[in-house]
Amino acid sequence: MTEIIQVRNLYKSYWRDSIEIPVLNNINLNIKEGEFIALMGPSGSGKTTLLNLISGIDKPSRGEISVNGTDISKLSESALAKWRSSNIGFVFQFYNLIPVLTAYENVELPLLLTKLTKAERRQHVETALNIVGLGDRIDHYPKQLSGGQEQRVAIARAIVTDPIILVADEPTGDLDKNSASEILTLMERLNKEFNKTIVMVTHDPHAASKAHMIRHLEKGDLILEAV
Amino acid sequence: MKILKLIFKNSMRHKLRTSLTVLGIAIAVIAFGVLRTVVTAWYSGVDAANPNRLIVRQAVSFIFPLPYSYLEKIKQVPGVKQVTYANWFGGIYIDQSNFFARYGVDADTYFNVYNEYNIPPDELSTFKKERNSCILGSDLAKKYHLKIGDVMTLEGDIYPGTWELAVRGIYTPKYKTTDAMQMFFHWDYIDERMRVEMPGREGDVGWYVVLINNAANSGSISNQIDALFKNSPAETKTETEGTFQQGFIQSSSAIITSMNFISFVIIGIIMLVLGNTMIMSARERTREYAVLKTLGFSGKHLAGIIMGESLVISILGGLLGLLLTYPIVEGFSQFIPKGMFPVFEVKTITVVLAVSAALLVGIIAALFPMQRALRMKIVEGFRFVG
Repeated sequence: MTEIIQVRNLYKSYWRDSIEIPVLNNINLNIKEGEFIALMGPSGSGKTTLLNLISGIDKPSRGEISVNGTDISKLSESALAKWRSSNIGFVFQFYNLIPVLTAYENVELPLLLTKLTKAERRQHVETALNIVGLGDRIDHYPKQLSGGQEQRVAIARAIVTDPIILVADEPTGDLDKNSASEILTLMERLNKEFNKTIVMVTHDPHAASKAHMIRHLEKGDLILEAV
Repeated sequence: MKILKLIFKNSMRHKLRTSLTVLGIAIAVIAFGVLRTVVTAWYSGVDAANPNRLIVRQAVSFIFPLPYSYLEKIKQVPGVKQVTYANWFGGIYIDQSNFFARYGVDADTYFNVYNEYNIPPDELSTFKKERNSCILGSDLAKKYHLKIGDVMTLEGDIYPGTWELAVRGIYTPKYKTTDAMQMFFHWDYIDERMRVEMPGREGDVGWYVVLINNAANSGSISNQIDALFKNSPAETKTETEGTFQQGFIQSSSAIITSMNFISFVIIGIIMLVLGNTMIMSARERTREYAVLKTLGFSGKHLAGIIMGESLVISILGGLLGLLLTYPIVEGFSQFIPKGMFPVFEVKTITVVLAVSAALLVGIIAALFPMQRALRMKIVEGFRFVG
C-alpha cells in the first residue's frame, strides 16, 4: 500500500496576545492508503489540531504535509477549499448538519460545488444515504432524527463526493453506546468495503480499537505507536 | 437544492425575528414614502410650471402692487405673445377654516394664458360678460356643493367689504398637476370698488403673467421687462413661473429640508435594524459557516449567502412597505386641506428611491457580517461560542 498521508517535521503553534503557545512539536507521520488510524491522547494534546492540519482546514507553522501527492501546506486558501471538497470527507462530533435543510439537502451540499447535474446529484445523494441506511429518511430535518441518525447523515455528507480520505473528530463522542457502535461499524465498513482511508480522533478506547493503528499524542508530541 | 433555497431557508430560520425585521423595514419605507410624497407634492407646482410663462412682480416684495399702466409697456417687449394680470384677493368664505385660493383676474386674457383649465365655452363667455361672476375649480364646487347660478359671499380682508359673486363657470383641470380648488373672478370688479371705496388703490395689479413665444428667450425678455421699469417707484422682478413657484417654496424651505433630512434618517434607522438582525444571524451561524468552508465553500460563497439573506429580508420589507404606502398616502390625503397640494400621490421617483433605499440597506447591512465570514478561519469558527 502506498503512503497517502506524509507528515514531515510538523510544528504548529498559536499566538495568544504576544505569547506563542506550541501545540504540535516536530510531528512525523505516515499513513497508508486504506488505513484506519486512531489518534488518541488527553485534551489539549494536539489531536484535533493534527487532524485539522492533515485535512487542510488549518495551516502548519512549519513543516510539510503531503496528502495524495499534494503538499497542502503550500496551497492558497481557495485552492485548499477546492482540494478539500474533492479529497476529504469530514465527520464531526456534533454532526454539524444545517438545521434548516433536510437530510437530502444536507448531503447534497458538497455536490453544489461540482458540475454534476441535478439528476446526477440525486443519484449520488441517494447512494450515500442508502450506504448509511437512511434511504427512507431523505426528507427528514435534523431535529426529526436521533443523534445516531444525524451522525449517519453527516457520514453520508462526508462520502457523497467519494473522497479518498475521511477524517472524523470524536464521531461517537456525543452518542449513546448503541448509536456509537452503529457508527463505528459503519466506519469500518467504509474502510473495508469502500477502501476509505480514515483518520479518527477519539478519547474512547473502544472506538480506537476498531482502527488498524493507534497514534498517541501528548503535549504535542507523538509518543507511542501501537498496532 | 440551489444556494438560493438555502438563502431563503436561512432568512426564514427565525420567523418571528425575520417578520419583525421585515415589518420594521416596511414601516420605515412607509414613513419614507409618505414624507417623500409630501416633499414631492410641495414641489409639484414647480414641476407643473409652464416654461413659456413669466411672472412680473414688484422687485421689493410680492405683497406690493404694480401699476396697471405697466400692461401696455410689457406687451411691447419683443417675444411677448400675451400678457394678463391678477390679484390675490384673500378674504373669508363662510369662516376662516375654508381656505382656497381666490384671485381677481383679467377675464378677457387670463384663461388664454392659462390653458390648463377646461372651461365650457358658453360658461367662459357668460363669465366674461358679467362683472360680478366667478369661475370655480371642480373640486371646490364639489366640496361646497356649488353649482352654476349659486352666489358665493366673501368677506374681504385685503379688500374690505362683502363681495357677492355669482358662479358662472366650473373648470376641470387639464393636467393632474392643475389645482382644481381655485376661484377666479374679475379684477375689474375689485378695481371698481377700490376706486370708489379706497381711492389710491385703484389700478393696483398684484402681478403680471407674460406668455412668451420661446422659453429659451425667457432670460433676455425678463431683463428687458425689468429694464423698462428701472429706477421707477415700482421696479419689477421678472422670472419664470417655475422660479417664481420655487421662491414661494423657499419660505417653507426649513420644513422641507427637515422632511428631507428625516426621510433619510429613516433609511439610516432601517439600516441599523437590518444590520443588527444580520449581525445576530451571522454570529449564530459562525459554526455553520465554518462547516460550509470545511466542505469547500469559499469565502465568496458565504458572502453571497449572507448578502442574499440580507437582500431577501430588505426586499420583502421594501415591497410590503411600498404596497402599504399607496393606501396610506391615499388615506393621508383625505386629511390634507383641499387645495394645499394640487397633486398628492406616490410618484415614480418615490418608488425608485424607496426600492433603491431598501436594496442599499440590504447591501450595507450585510457588509459587516460578510467581512467577518470572509476573514473567519475555519478552526476559529468551530471554537466560536455564540
